Amino acid sequence: MSDTAVSSSAPSRPSRLQLALGKPGFLIGCLIIALSTLLALMPNVFAPYDPNYIDYLAIRQPPSWAHPFGTDSLGRDSFSRVIHAYRVNMQMAILATVFALVIGVVVGALVGYYRGIADMIFGRVVDAIITFPFLVLVIAVVAVLGPGLINMYIAITMVGWVYYARLMRAEIIAQMGNDYSDAGMVMGYSDRRIIFRHLLPNAITPVLIYWMTDMALAILLGSSLGYLGLGAQPPQAEWGVLIAEGRNFITTAWWLSLMPGIAIVLTGLGFSLIGDGLADLLRPRG
Amino acid sequence: MATLQYILKRLTLMIPTFLLVMVIIFLLVRFLPGDPALAIAGDRASDADLAAIRDRLGLNEPAWVQFWLFLTNTVQGDLGTSILMRTEVLDVVFQRLPTTAFLTVYAVGLSVLIAGPMAFVAALNRGRWPDTVIRTVFQVGLSMPVFYIGLVLLTFLAAQLRWFPVGGYGEGFVSHLYHLFLPAFTVALYTSAIILRNLRSAIIEVLDAEYVQFARAKGLPNRVILGRHVLRNALISTVTLLGLSIGNLMSGTLVTETVFAVPGLGRLMLEAIFARDYPLIQGLTLTFAVLVSLVFLLTDLFQSSLDPRMRLS
Amino acid sequence: MEQTPILEVEGLCTTFGRGGQTLPALRDVSFTVGEGEVLGLVGESGSGKSVTLRSVLGLARRYGEVTGSVRWQGQELITKSERDLRPIRGRDIAMIFQEPMTSLNPLLTVGQQLVETLQAHTDLSRKARRDRAIEMLDLVGIPAAASRLTDYPHQFSGGMRQRVMIAIALAASPKLLLADEPTTALDVTIQAQILDLILRLSSDMKMGVIMVTHDLGVVAQTCDRVAVMYAGRIVEQGPVRQVLRDPHHAYTVGLMQSVPEGVAPRTQLYSIPGTPPSLAHLPPGCAFAPRCAASTEACLATRPALLRVSEDRQLACFNPKNQTKGCAA
Ligand SMILES: Nc1ncnc2c1ncn2[C@@H]1O[C@H](COP(=O)(O)OP(=O)(O)OP(=O)(O)O)[C@@H](O)[C@H]1O
Ligand code: SF4
Ligand SMILES: [Mg+2]
Repeated sequence: MSDTAVSSSAPSRPSRLQLALGKPGFLIGCLIIALSTLLALMPNVFAPYDPNYIDYLAIRQPPSWAHPFGTDSLGRDSFSRVIHAYRVNMQMAILATVFALVIGVVVGALVGYYRGIADMIFGRVVDAIITFPFLVLVIAVVAVLGPGLINMYIAITMVGWVYYARLMRAEIIAQMGNDYSDAGMVMGYSDRRIIFRHLLPNAITPVLIYWMTDMALAILLGSSLGYLGLGAQPPQAEWGVLIAEGRNFITTAWWLSLMPGIAIVLTGLGFSLIGDGLADLLRPRG
Repeated sequence: MATLQYILKRLTLMIPTFLLVMVIIFLLVRFLPGDPALAIAGDRASDADLAAIRDRLGLNEPAWVQFWLFLTNTVQGDLGTSILMRTEVLDVVFQRLPTTAFLTVYAVGLSVLIAGPMAFVAALNRGRWPDTVIRTVFQVGLSMPVFYIGLVLLTFLAAQLRWFPVGGYGEGFVSHLYHLFLPAFTVALYTSAIILRNLRSAIIEVLDAEYVQFARAKGLPNRVILGRHVLRNALISTVTLLGLSIGNLMSGTLVTETVFAVPGLGRLMLEAIFARDYPLIQGLTLTFAVLVSLVFLLTDLFQSSLDPRMRLS
Repeated sequence: MEQTPILEVEGLCTTFGRGGQTLPALRDVSFTVGEGEVLGLVGESGSGKSVTLRSVLGLARRYGEVTGSVRWQGQELITKSERDLRPIRGRDIAMIFQEPMTSLNPLLTVGQQLVETLQAHTDLSRKARRDRAIEMLDLVGIPAAASRLTDYPHQFSGGMRQRVMIAIALAASPKLLLADEPTTALDVTIQAQILDLILRLSSDMKMGVIMVTHDLGVVAQTCDRVAVMYAGRIVEQGPVRQVLRDPHHAYTVGLMQSVPEGVAPRTQLYSIPGTPPSLAHLPPGCAFAPRCAASTEACLATRPALLRVSEDRQLACFNPKNQTKGCAA
């Protein structure tokens, strides 16, 4: 209904922060991620055992007071392993995304600002990369570099930056439609100053919102690769690896794969809830 | 005729993209540490084999000659020989393709059946409890990795309750449907979670569109308003969204095939990776890219057949 | 025109809720339309003209709360279910939407969209529906009507689409037409032709019309009575000749002093200084007071009610112009 859109803006409306905090989702998301970060920073405080302590006398024990989530095939305490995995899995959310974010933002801003031939090439590269299913390209790169966490981060970054760059480019172009960049040019600012001081801060909001969602995806992707044997390698405690280890005993020792699964879902949910909340918080309204 | 021309035009436009796709695949193997010929031929290769491979790939030539050779070989259907299967890569691909194609189409069908009605119910009840429940459930679903959904379904519906087989592909159409139900359902749950939110807003946009208000003002029965005015427009959004999500969907297929031991391209890809079967990895990567492009093209054609504004003239 | 009214609107209030605040888009709107009568509805952009029409037809309640009374030939519409409204919409009361570009479904042919109204409201045969569709397109001045039935909306210009919409609205011979700026997208000759058509149907078929327009010229030519809206209320109402010749409300005077020419739809036409108030922050007194040269203390403190000032004129103002009898509140 374009002819009946509300045009009036009321000064007394609730602030953005109030709106976001008023949403239970955002609060829950913040809570989950705060807790997860705490677990990642000091797993020893919360985990009752050494995650790699092998006890052949206590193999695949069901949950008990001593082992709240039972023990695995080597008698290691399941609960402690899941807690210790928080470190590496939370790390994934950052390390699998942050380089892609930085590269994407810089490349996107530059091609968006200068356009021309670089932009054309960029467009083709984007087309080519999105022609591959994300996971296929990532595991192909991992295949070449060899399995392991570091190579996994490299692979995800090599593919993932495109999505940030594409978003950034679109935002920069939209921002350049606004007057103040023209004003900047008129005032004779350098290109670098216009891009990084004026355009970028305004254009980066959707990219940051996407970042949150991408962190959730990174945890899912990282644990999937761990499960497939291409990411973290055993005996490293990582949720995907833990689930893969428990896979063969899933009917007899279900607790082995249940808890890491819950950890993945919770953390993923946390990031995506924060992403939604941020979207409400930062997106222009009206 | 117009359609054919359009397809040709689209295919022409895809050429530069595909050149780059080829460059990426070519570069993949060039990153290999050590001697690519050794990697490609496998550890058990004889010196003669290695020499033959060096010759075929032009490994002693400059990079651009190598790329040209790679390109021309590929265009002629020569993707090399799989170390694992000891046959032509192309043959292996064609042998496994039907399974993955079946699974993908099946999963798309189920995704529409899941996400479509759910998005509709959510949109029609916007802001009320059914909307909240559906959105919450799908948001949680979005945080579940495919392999985990698969594993849970496998454990309970196949291993415990024995409603479905625990793996395999079966013989014949009905058996395929039965064998692939859980894998397809797994992918569909994941795909639905991805598209639900956008589909819901697309449907809301249609429900609020002036032409739907006008249809209401005309006193049309609800069935006609929803079936004719809303559904058609919503279908376009659904197709577009599914088309855009095809990469995700195929990523899901890859994982699912592994979880459910479905003999398709995805599982083959993982086998190839663990066997360091580089010709096969290259071939499969290319195959997936071709499949995605085909789906993009089909989506386009489907859209233009639904939307007269985009109809080719 | 002194018959019993076919439409009686009384105390109509429509409130949209939005992000925790409420927007009173219509407040206490009352008017009537008689058989064959043409009521003009004028006012600045955002004054609530379209919302009034949508509320009458029960379309606004999906988006907001609608209270008050809308009686169609004696039946209350506000409490009617969607299902019970269906036979009334399109057949008894038809509406022409303001936006020709977005009001037709892009995926259906113009013929389909015309015929479906006939299908819902008449028992004409397939062939007869088609003939009627062609006749209607012809009537609104679409050349080569028969061949255009299978065309899609995007193949028509804005003006043509508006005519298609008019054809759809008139197809089932409604008894009341709600016309939301029906001629704004049309050029002058077509505009005259369409207004003629509407007027002819109004007098021949005894069709009542609510004509929303920005153009007081159109009002003068076509309407029997006129209601002037400001910020969701009717501030002045009466026979066209009387109101235009002798406006009492300062706002009406302002509207008249700025008769627009070559009107484009939804442009700011009136040269009344100031802007309309935000609906979310209406002043306690007369909503027009901040822009009114004649405003007094009383205007700021209390809201003037819409009261009869002569046999068939109503006014909501404490200090009316050109009038000796004050309006006591
Ligand atoms: N669905 C809706 N939700 C919220 N607010 C609405 C809605 N529809 C209309 N409004 C608001 O109601 C007020 C009246 O709008 P309306 O469309 O009736 O104005 P109008 O008199 O028709 O103006 P114009 O001449 O521009 O068509 C506006 O402030 C508008 O923003
Ligand atoms: S009531 Fe007062 S402010 Fe309102 S129009 Fe009349 S004179 Fe002006
Ligand atoms: Mg309007």
